[in-house]
Amino acid sequence: MSVLIDKKTKIIVQGFTGKMGSFHAEEMIKYGSNVVGGVTPGKGGLKHLNLPVFNTVKEAVKNTGATASILFVPPAFAADSAMEAADAGIKTCVAIVDGIPSHDMIKIKRYMRRYSRKEKMTLVGPNCAGVISPGKAMLGIMPGHIYKEGKVGIIGRSGTLGYEAAQQLKNLNIGVSTSVGIGGDPINGSSFKDILEKFEEDKETEAVLMIGEIGGPQEVAAGKFAKENMKKPIIAYIAGLTAPKGRVMGHAGAIVSAYGESAVEKVELLKECGVTISKNPSVMGETVKSALNSKT
Amino acid sequence: MDIHEYQAKKILSGFGVTIPRGGIVYSPENAENKARELGGSKWVVKAQVHSGARGKAGGIIICNSVLEVAQAADKLLGKKLVTNQTGPEGKITNRVYIEEATEIKKELYLGLVFDRSSESIMVVASTEGGMSVEEISKKKPETIIRSKIEVAVGMQKFQAREIAFGLKIEPKLIARMADTIIGCYRAFSELDATMVEVNPLVISNQDQILALDCKMSFDNNALFRRNQVSELRDKTQENANEVYASDRGLNYVSLEGNIGNIINGAGLAMASMDMIKLAGGEPANFLDVGGGATPEKIVKAFKLISMDEKVKVILVNIFAGINRCDWVAEGIVQALEKIEIKVPLVIRLAGTNVEKGNKILKESKINYIEANTLEDAANKAVKALGK
Repeated sequence: MSVLIDKKTKIIVQGFTGKMGSFHAEEMIKYGSNVVGGVTPGKGGLKHLNLPVFNTVKEAVKNTGATASILFVPPAFAADSAMEAADAGIKTCVAIVDGIPSHDMIKIKRYMRRYSRKEKMTLVGPNCAGVISPGKAMLGIMPGHIYKEGKVGIIGRSGTLGYEAAQQLKNLNIGVSTSVGIGGDPINGSSFKDILEKFEEDKETEAVLMIGEIGGPQEVAAGKFAKENMKKPIIAYIAGLTAPKGRVMGHAGAIVSAYGESAVEKVELLKECGVTISKNPSVMGETVKSALNSKT
Repeated sequence: MDIHEYQAKKILSGFGVTIPRGGIVYSPENAENKARELGGSKWVVKAQVHSGARGKAGGIIICNSVLEVAQAADKLLGKKLVTNQTGPEGKITNRVYIEEATEIKKELYLGLVFDRSSESIMVVASTEGGMSVEEISKKKPETIIRSKIEVAVGMQKFQAREIAFGLKIEPKLIARMADTIIGCYRAFSELDATMVEVNPLVISNQDQILALDCKMSFDNNALFRRNQVSELRDKTQENANEVYASDRGLNYVSLEGNIGNIINGAGLAMASMDMIKLAGGEPANFLDVGGGATPEKIVKAFKLISMDEKVKVILVNIFAGINRCDWVAEGIVQALEKIEIKVPLVIRLAGTNVEKGNKILKESKINYIEANTLEDAANKAVKALGK
């Protein structure tokens, strides 16, 4: 088990024939992901990387049975592509792209309200590194080899800081069930809480590492959810202790504008929810290790 | 992206919000002419800088003659205005706005922002205008009215009316106030804004509803489809190094400390800054060269950091994924052939092909301190400060 994707998950690439789409499709295939084709409007019927290209996501789903997709389309068209995926019955869609307007993100989320909970697509991202279930499948742009297969779930807003965590865990011989990059934008497809719910249900996951940062209410909302609903231990690190108030720190969503959004405040609020805090980014691995040890 | 008060006023007036008559000028002579053109006997001269709290900082001057208007403009133009929001370096005043003075009966507050938890647009209003929203929520929290607007259907008349009644204004002004609130909402939603603030929104002695001071910010991600907004960018209001960085695709924020850093990824950059602080140092900047950390970006990053005189040590922390460490190391070596670095340099590479990357650095001519972990890098950078 793992969350969102496994070895069998059939994947299509939206924006398949572009430079980014081609490069990362090949990387995903090399890793062992079950990529079954792709979509580029106007290039339907062609073959690319020995796989079929379709004009629409609906056609791709009908012909391949795909249930997951990854978007490599420019920001201006990304909202349209995500809604197309939702409408075609895709269950997990990862948006890598950085630069989608916030108004467009809200539009996608409102559009997806038409689906029942059961048939609703999980949108991951945007502005993220994607999802990887180590040893099974990769639906993203991360370096797969730094992830060891195992029992810790990772949820993070940052790409490279997530890599840092995976590496620290690997060095301690701890593996990852699935790592989910929810992205650095102010409005995102899935929140920390949305993914925590999935990890709580996953039999293989024994603990979850949340890598948050300044800005927004999602880390604290996840902490409150965990306090009431989760049995598995949660470890968190919040980046941005030194970040000044009111400034955007790289990620569009990394800005402190209200109470509870600074790193110090988030850490305090998470502690109140019973979350174990990694006191600095260098000991994320060790903190997970001791949490796992004290559990058994 | 932020814009000036006069620009925000012009935008809002296009959405049916009434503003006092006024005009922008660049010189004291034109200020005098503009005052004559506006007529009347009382004017307000307002420094146009990207900051609130200009009044307390002396950036807003009330004048009773055209001569005073010219003098006020002369006093403000070409000078830096230091407010409690600009930092000690202040912001340059290159334009002043001359406005007819308004006789104020009542000052109100109206603000619109994205609410990230409900993912809707939040309207915040209060009967207590003229002070900051933080101050209102501290001193008079009971006066604050909040209304969440569903973006998919937009603001409804009844919602605007509810807010208007909440502001406890005379019944005859309700319809006009509702139109003003809807105008601000439409400007927010139709122009991809992230913030609209009218403070104060006033009722004049003549019972006009006027936006006396306005602020607007926009979603940088949406500027590609808002040409008219992106043209309003005023680079003189931004930190020079930050402009240099953003023009070159780097995410950079200038800070107060003396350890410069070059990092790939926003989260890792914030984490590295935290480690510097925990090790007893202070970061001079936030700099994300992008997850890919291409050689071109690394050259630009070194150039940028070497322009910052505060920097006494440079810390490079790159976690390479698809872009391998050997490739990143070659980029660093190339960069340092072009740019001379006079301060100690600490480099930490991690991820794909880290051994190869470190070997390339060791065999090159660059003078640096190698670090292995995030903690090691921060400790070595702080230690190098003492040398």
